[in-house]
Amino acid sequence: MPAVKVQNLRKEFRRSDGRRSGLRRKRERVDALRGISFEIARGECVAILGQNGSGKSTLVRLLSTLLLLDGGSATIFGHDISDTRAVRRLVNRVSVEASFFKKMSSTENLSYAARFYGLTASQTRDEIPRILERVGFPAARRNEAMEDLSRGMQQKVALARALLTQPILLLLDEPTTGLDPRSKLEVQDFIREIRSTHDATILLCTHDLDEAEALADRIGILDDGRLLCLEPVDQLKRRYGAEKLEEAFFAATGKSFEDEKREEDEK
Amino acid sequence: MPGAAAALRHELIGLAGVVERNIYLVKRYIWWDVAFFIWTVANTLTIVFIAKGIEAGGGKIDVNEVTTILLVGAVVWAYLGIIFEILTETVAWERWEGTIEYTFMAPLSRPIHLFGMGLFAIVYGVIRAIMLFAVVALFFHLELAHANFAAALIVLVVASISFIGIGMMTAVLPLISPEKGTQLGFVAQGVLLVVSGVYYPVSVLPEWMQWLAKISPATYALDGIRDAIINGAGISAMWPDIWPLILIGIVSVPLGLEVFRRGERYAKRHGKLKRSG
Repeated sequence: MPAVKVQNLRKEFRRSDGRRSGLRRKRERVDALRGISFEIARGECVAILGQNGSGKSTLVRLLSTLLLLDGGSATIFGHDISDTRAVRRLVNRVSVEASFFKKMSSTENLSYAARFYGLTASQTRDEIPRILERVGFPAARRNEAMEDLSRGMQQKVALARALLTQPILLLLDEPTTGLDPRSKLEVQDFIREIRSTHDATILLCTHDLDEAEALADRIGILDDGRLLCLEPVDQLKRRYGAEKLEEAFFAATGKSFEDEKREEDEK
Repeated sequence: MPGAAAALRHELIGLAGVVERNIYLVKRYIWWDVAFFIWTVANTLTIVFIAKGIEAGGGKIDVNEVTTILLVGAVVWAYLGIIFEILTETVAWERWEGTIEYTFMAPLSRPIHLFGMGLFAIVYGVIRAIMLFAVVALFFHLELAHANFAAALIVLVVASISFIGIGMMTAVLPLISPEKGTQLGFVAQGVLLVVSGVYYPVSVLPEWMQWLAKISPATYALDGIRDAIINGAGISAMWPDIWPLILIGIVSVPLGLEVFRRGERYAKRHGKLKRSG
């Protein structure tokens, strides 16, 4: 049984373009995912590359049961994602924003979150310090408010929160975006450690090409809601006759991440 | 452990987690709570002094009784405000902090999640209401020798079930409309209290508002609590106020859960279940 099986998955949103028709705002349909299909084997790490707006976060949010699909299907370890109770026990995620109650400490944030997954106070009393130590979080700062911690520190706590519930599918949505190089490497090392010590399957959505190449068994390219390919990095480079992953990405999509950065700077 | 017992245990641990989270938030924002409590005391005093003001202006009233009527009204208003704030603001707050996605993807059933918030709101609200009543009562040397505080507390807790049901309906607003949800919650709370006779008898309201008063749990809560504190009425004497509260609770809680379930589905279909701010 595959860890993740996605078949012809579709999701659309309706977005206001600012114009009005009478009293009503005009809304246009935006296809976020246009019928994507793929499988991830148990224990595998798959990276999905794509620019902002390519549909990466929509995919993660669908698999996290935070969105309802508009077509196709998705199963996680055989459970359809509409079976939210079963799926939620198996999945956790780390997203680009650390997302915590900022005035609360790391220990407090982890503690209440663990209860939602059925972990009692006696189970988390020792486990939270242990897991925080494992992600390299300093013991002396466990009771400091999250708002006083750096982005890198906050992201380590986010990783600890995800691991505390022992998910067998870990969804990482740009987990190192915005981190300084050192924090980025620490988080990447930790993801490697999770793979070697846990029976965890990882779906990593990122626009960091080096990160994808360093961590993933297979790499997919998602562009404008379409999954253009999903294969090991060497095969992917061969398919597009590229030496570097960046060249393969450009050959596949006709876009580069530099274009995206330039467009954002111009805005 | 059999499946049903394990599932129940899991849900109860999750419910404790909701309460635990709110306790942490109170602890971390304690000075805001102190400031808000002082503001509520001051606000309540400005209302309750009206009775003395009328007497000073030559009006012939039973100052003790009118003061108690106003005090009960102000305390119940404050209590209801806390219940609505915890239920409605928590969703808005989670959206702002970005934790909303993590809470809504956790394997915790929505009814237990909402009951956890309701349970905390009742306990916290009752403590605040008792403190408010005690502090303000000290200013007026009220004759409360016959007051039946236990019966008043029972009425407040029974009424809370209906308040929680209505609170769940308003809590859905920030879920489906990030920009307008919280404001609409305040409007719902205000309408509920205007028609419920907080500082005046319901009989002075226009007829259509009196009809609304009949379906407002706050009307029966205010009547019952005043009866218990001013006349020392017991539970059996207050039954005419208690049975409508039970009835409204039986209707409003399942209705609130259903409204929230539909709101959550809407938010998940349209991608609104995410961070904002």
